[in-house]
Amino acid sequence: MALLEVNYINVYYGAIHAIKGISFYVNEGEIVTLIGANGAGKSTTLKTISGIMHPATGNIVFDGKDLHGVPAHKIVSMGLAQVPEGRRVFLNMTVEENLEMGAYTQPNGTISSSLEDVYERFPRLKERRRQIAGTLSGGEQQMLAMGRALMSRPKLMMLDEPSMGLAPILVQQIFDIIKELHASGSTILLVEQNAQKALSIADRGYVLETGNIVTTGTGQELLNSDSIKKAYLGG
Amino acid sequence: MSLLDSIINGISLGSIYAIIALGYTMVYGIAKMLNFAHGDVIMVGAYVCFFAATRFGLNPLVSVLIAMVVCTLLGITIEKLAYAPLRSAPSLAVLITAIGVSYFLQNLALLLWSPNPKVFPNFFKKIADDGSELTGINLFGGSLRISYVTLVTILVCVVIMVALTVFINNGKLGKAMRACSEDKDTARLMGINVNTTISVTFAIGSGLAAIAGVLLCSAYPTLVPTTGSMPGIKAFTAAVFGGIGSVPGALLGGLTLGVIEILAKAYISTQLSDAVVFAVLIIVLLVKPSGLLGRKINEKV
Repeated sequence: MALLEVNYINVYYGAIHAIKGISFYVNEGEIVTLIGANGAGKSTTLKTISGIMHPATGNIVFDGKDLHGVPAHKIVSMGLAQVPEGRRVFLNMTVEENLEMGAYTQPNGTISSSLEDVYERFPRLKERRRQIAGTLSGGEQQMLAMGRALMSRPKLMMLDEPSMGLAPILVQQIFDIIKELHASGSTILLVEQNAQKALSIADRGYVLETGNIVTTGTGQELLNSDSIKKAYLGG
Repeated sequence: MSLLDSIINGISLGSIYAIIALGYTMVYGIAKMLNFAHGDVIMVGAYVCFFAATRFGLNPLVSVLIAMVVCTLLGITIEKLAYAPLRSAPSLAVLITAIGVSYFLQNLALLLWSPNPKVFPNFFKKIADDGSELTGINLFGGSLRISYVTLVTILVCVVIMVALTVFINNGKLGKAMRACSEDKDTARLMGINVNTTISVTFAIGSGLAAIAGVLLCSAYPTLVPTTGSMPGIKAFTAAVFGGIGSVPGALLGGLTLGVIEILAKAYISTQLSDAVVFAVLIIVLLVKPSGLLGRKINEKV
């Protein structure tokens, strides 16, 4: 059984029909990517899974449990963490306090070992643990947002546009980190506009267009598909 | 010594403003709303303490605790009934609701306790060896007199500020409050129950309002249903003055405002003192629109 199953969800922003009956799944241990242009509904899909938005119809099953009616603040303790679009670190809190917030639902005894794990993966954050997050660079903030999500020891980590607004060298670094996370056993649902990069590390991908899934396949299949090349990979 | 006298009285009055301002500033920081009913919660606290102590003859400390419990419950109830349903409404609707709650509380007090002023008892006195009542201490051979109320007020303010600062900076719930004040959706993604956090903020602010009410009526013992409204507005001014959303700002704003007010009363004119206070507010906001300690959030895109 898949770790995450999204079945025929429809999501509305007021009168706007943002997600039109899409279905997809993520198996344990996979990297799955949702690609598509701005406004295709990628972020809305993630927000709906994490409970910030609600589907009008359809259902979402995570780890065997239907998420219908589960409030957003309860979903993270089920093992589902999200790195939101635009990083959204708490700018007036220190790096370490941001990480502590990531472990908000975790028992107190486990926080220090989670902190050590995150600092080992991101030594840069350890150097800056007492610094206010607002003073970090964009790349460091992205690392902090990812570290914060890892603090809840999630079964599935959802990343929303982690490469957005970063310099190319940092983009590469972030994708390397995602690959490492995957190699160490994390299951990842990745939303990206950078289709080339996302597909090159993904097991499978779904292409979203104006609220519909138009194509699906393995990362390699989609990378080599002519229509995808034309639409998303610049020829 | 009259200057020193005025400054000490100003610090004492300012301490009361600061305690009230905390309620405004914390609620604003987290719920992004101005709770104009906060001043009237002070009045309710003072009445509850008054009746507990005079009608039921309870010990002053117990009376204050009862007032705190009642105000805490009142604050949570107001938030749940009046403000929570408006969480995604335009801020103007919330503001008008808050003014409505303020009038509701004042009129409820008129109905329950009548407009006749109550004389608040002085809890802060002791009986001297010769049987006379002492309400303060004399320094410098009697040229400077400080009442116990003044001393207790300043002390209580310091204790509250230290406790609250420790709670907000180091407590798990305090950190969650800071996270909610910055970004509610992301706080939810962390597993923080935003509604509970907002309730806790109202509870703390209202509990402190009860203490402020007792201290205020101990210093100025006439208790009427509108007792809380002017100090409420002054304390709101203090919160804006210090930088709304900032706890140290509430302290600095409260103390500054209190001292200016008393000095203006002593040296300029009793009638003009409020005008002086608000003139200083306007000047500060012209120079630094975010208030003395208010900070601009630096956002990186």
